Amino acid sequence: MALIKFLKPKNQLEEGGRTSAPVQRDDGEPEKNCPNCHKDIPISRLWANDLVCPCGYHFRVKARQRIQMIADKDSFCEMYSGVKSENPLNFPGYKNKIKTVRKASGEEEAVICGIAAIGRKKCCLFVMEPYFMMGSMGSAVGEKITALFEYAVKQRLPVIGFAVSGGARMQEGLLSLMQMAKTSAAVKRHSDAGLLYISVLTDPTTGGVSASFAMEADIILAEPGATVGFAGARVIEQTTRKSLPKGFQKSEFVLEHGFVDSIVPRAGQKRYLAEMLKMHDGRAVL
Amino acid sequence: MKEAAYERVKLARDNHRPTGLDYIKNLFQGFMELHGDRCYGDDAAIVGGIANLCGNPVTVIAIEKGHTAKERSYRNFGAPHPEGYRKALRLMKQAEKFGRPIICFIDTSGAYCGVGAEERGQSQAIAENLMEMSTLCVPVVSILIGEGGSGGALALAVADRVWMLQNAVYSVISPEGCASILWKDAAKAEIAASSLKLTAEDARSLGVIERILSEKEMGKKEFYDRIRTLLVKEIKMLTKEFDLVGNRYERFRRIGASAVVKE
Repeated sequence: MALIKFLKPKNQLEEGGRTSAPVQRDDGEPEKNCPNCHKDIPISRLWANDLVCPCGYHFRVKARQRIQMIADKDSFCEMYSGVKSENPLNFPGYKNKIKTVRKASGEEEAVICGIAAIGRKKCCLFVMEPYFMMGSMGSAVGEKITALFEYAVKQRLPVIGFAVSGGARMQEGLLSLMQMAKTSAAVKRHSDAGLLYISVLTDPTTGGVSASFAMEADIILAEPGATVGFAGARVIEQTTRKSLPKGFQKSEFVLEHGFVDSIVPRAGQKRYLAEMLKMHDGRAVL
Repeated sequence: MKEAAYERVKLARDNHRPTGLDYIKNLFQGFMELHGDRCYGDDAAIVGGIANLCGNPVTVIAIEKGHTAKERSYRNFGAPHPEGYRKALRLMKQAEKFGRPIICFIDTSGAYCGVGAEERGQSQAIAENLMEMSTLCVPVVSILIGEGGSGGALALAVADRVWMLQNAVYSVISPEGCASILWKDAAKAEIAASSLKLTAEDARSLGVIERILSEKEMGKKEFYDRIRTLLVKEIKMLTKEFDLVGNRYERFRRIGASAVVKE
């Protein structure tokens, strides 16, 4: 009994490791184990279903793939792709880390910004990259998002943003922290200009990103089962020495507590966003 | 040098340093405390109200850690809940309405990590403060008097001027937290502390703060007199600024811009 207790995950977040590498089975088709239903799902089937398991579990998606899912075909035009962080504080190990991550992810930074059309409505779009230091926000991410909001004000465009982040990037120290204030101020200018901002929180949206631009949208959506919160669950457990309630910090929990407008499964996101953009196109003349 | 940064962290956390309420009592006259966020409750970790600064009404907000064990536990060790940040924002909006300058004193290891804090939207509370403070049309001066722990500190520091006590620290994460995440070893906190560039001198050279306040005779009358004089002078200057909100935007807009490469 004691052993079973030991093996049991401490909380829901620890159940199965996410993003397990695909395993090659004997019959040749690569499969991925779903951390929710624990079944092996053929990769081809997952891809056909926007990386959602038949049980409803949403796997993480690379930023460029998400842009393909959301933006109208060939409508996305990337901006600020040359903006990237150096190592401003000479933080030990950061230079190598970022080099490795750039190579592995094929991206220069943890966010991709640009203009796109969604349901033929033009908008500014940013999508964060979970496979780039878990979407952490350093100077470059802050700079790109701020610049995008400033551009959106000039062009009078709505902004749609997909957040995924572990928080501020600690290797850039205070400069990362300041990006929270910088992006928030840009969101505020955009908002004061009467423009629409919709953010979609995906797994995970925590720390400095959830405590800044991700939570400042007019309409905040979340993907099912995404972890959304300020502090990490393990940190909270250690601090309070109490076990966490079931489903703690999951999007359903956050919805119940009133901090997101709606939970929208991946399959319905494009339609939802297009509809919402249409609703905000022009003022009522009744 | 490595030890030096961590020594600063220890100094910043020292129980004997003056806390928020000490500054309020000694810098201002006739402090009238105002409680509650009008939504959920009153957070004892954040103290706020109206006071007199050399004859001028100002709004004062301070994160309070407390001195004795009893006080510290009552103040939740200076770790605010969302209602604390919402109270602060309420008082700041009130200050804006009545044209009062705002002065914040910051001393926290970070916003509280707990179930209740998450349930009541810690992220959202901080995010809203960052957003709303960026356009307050009255002067805002924030002073880091001890620990400046991450978003929980920044939520009161979107100001026109940010000052730091000589031995205060300002950081995106605690050195212990950083060491345990990066190197799985909290004992490497000393290395983390020096790498994070969290001292007042570092913060000034990064353009994050404007002024370092000397700790000479800290806690004595001369110490407070010096700060009071600086505050009065600064607020007078800020009041005359033509585009206060625009300048505040630019103040933060610049930060980190030189840390990136644009191709």
